[in-house]
Amino acid sequence: MTSAPWEDGSDGREERGGRERDRQGRSHGSRRGGGLPRGGDSLAERSAIGLLWAAAISAVAVLGFIVVYVLWHGLPQLTPEFLLQSPSAMGREGGILPTIIGTVAVTAVGLIIAIPLGVGTAIYLTEYTRSEAVTAIIRFGAECLAGIPSIIFGLFGFLFFVIYLKMGWSLLSGGLTLAAMVLPTIIRTTEEAIKAVPLSHREVSLSLGATRWQTVTRAVLPTAMPGIITGVMLSIGRAVGETAAVIFTAGSSLRLPTSIFSPVRTMSVHFYILAREGISMPRAYGTAAVLVLLILAINFAAYWAMNRFVARRT
Amino acid sequence: MAEFGIVEEYDPLEMKMEVRNVDLFYGQHQALKGITLPFREQRITAIIGPSGCGKSTLLRCLNRMNDTIEGTRVTGHITLDGDDIYAPGTDVRALRRRVGMVFQRPNPFPLSIFDNIAYGPKVNGLKDKERLRHIVRTSLEGAGLWDDLKDRLDGAALDLSLGLQQQLCVARLLATKPEVILLDEPCSALDPISTLHIEELMRELSTQYTVVIVTHNMQQAARASDYTAFMLAGELIEYGTTAKIFTDPDSERTEAYVTGKLHRT
Repeated sequence: MTSAPWEDGSDGREERGGRERDRQGRSHGSRRGGGLPRGGDSLAERSAIGLLWAAAISAVAVLGFIVVYVLWHGLPQLTPEFLLQSPSAMGREGGILPTIIGTVAVTAVGLIIAIPLGVGTAIYLTEYTRSEAVTAIIRFGAECLAGIPSIIFGLFGFLFFVIYLKMGWSLLSGGLTLAAMVLPTIIRTTEEAIKAVPLSHREVSLSLGATRWQTVTRAVLPTAMPGIITGVMLSIGRAVGETAAVIFTAGSSLRLPTSIFSPVRTMSVHFYILAREGISMPRAYGTAAVLVLLILAINFAAYWAMNRFVARRT
Repeated sequence: MAEFGIVEEYDPLEMKMEVRNVDLFYGQHQALKGITLPFREQRITAIIGPSGCGKSTLLRCLNRMNDTIEGTRVTGHITLDGDDIYAPGTDVRALRRRVGMVFQRPNPFPLSIFDNIAYGPKVNGLKDKERLRHIVRTSLEGAGLWDDLKDRLDGAALDLSLGLQQQLCVARLLATKPEVILLDEPCSALDPISTLHIEELMRELSTQYTVVIVTHNMQQAARASDYTAFMLAGELIEYGTTAKIFTDPDSERTEAYVTGKLHRT
């Protein structure tokens, strides 16, 4: 006898099981390893643990080395003037304020476009279409988009937004290009987050007389929010540091932007130009340090926001 | 099913819902076969039977929750106060407000206790804070939870014990002012004490509401219901007062099941 889809009870059960396991894990942590025979003493076991440990350490070490190296060379450059003044002599003198503003602005424009589009697509794919073909095509498109190198996005943005749509080198062109670039990430992470919401939330909501849209906005999205925020944060991280996609589309102007049609130079482009054209290596490191600190700050802010969000809801 | 004389036996005035000749298909698979069953007003009707016999499926026909599953087809008639709930143009949202459901696993939203209960009234358009507070209070009182929870309405619903979570789910349902309450194995995840609380609550609710409970626990059906329907492999085998089903059933298969001799078919 085939049982009805809800009778397997797999949704929700796992989630709560996880919570319970979690609590037990914490309260009985001290009992670990006691009582059970230990199988961890063979040579193969020990070398496997050693290799995995080494892999984990080297992954963290690479990250740590890069951050320390950049900050070591860059931090001495960080003065109030460096952060709050416009550059002069092509960046050899003065500060990098326009590039900080340019980076934040172009990323913001990109996300303002990408978030509604990406989250909307994910909601449609998970909640509204049951057509496997449509889902597969859109998903395949998103995957392909994710695999394209950013320089190709830059070229596309240049030809399409800058030239064809006559937007010129501008915040808008750069933002649209970044949006196209981070869209797959937002779609996929949002999709996964929505799919992880137990079916029972939707059923209860519908059984209380809610419409489908109310169910999505009030029962599904709030639960999926931490996952969606993670995707958005990954996208911000990618967009903030992006060079190739914006150098062709946002331009490299050192003036402060005045509108969405102003050209801007992002920090990564500034760093690239300073280093590539041999203008000033110390200034290049200073710029890189600000960029690294900004990305770290975004990540910490994201985790803080997410923890607060989760704590408030559960 | 006329051989049981169900249709002649009861007074139509006391009937809240009626299922008549209902077949249900999931794609090719027929999950319900010619079910005819009354649900009397302000009485508790239990539907019992082994796993996979279609009892949950039948329950989910009563508020059209099966609509959410692709490829489901229902034929026959199901009426609520005489109106066919599968008639074209039926307002399914209004139906679900009138015929509410408590699910197998306690499933509060990851929201505060207050917001869980206010969910139903809010999605149905109520915004007035004062009235929401009033509804939350009366719903918690109705579910026997007010004294326990009145000081922690802002606390997270998921921090409650499973038993209280299930009672909260009942309270959340009461907030939409239903007429019929469907319970789909509401105690299968609960400990015996919580189970007793839910059974007492059901008895209490049946003074105002029509209650239908699906259960695989025969003691529960025997203790807590007025009428019992026994199902097997998508068919209704027997329907009658709970006393009759458990002490003097007409069908041998019913007797085998209630005495624990029938395990699987």
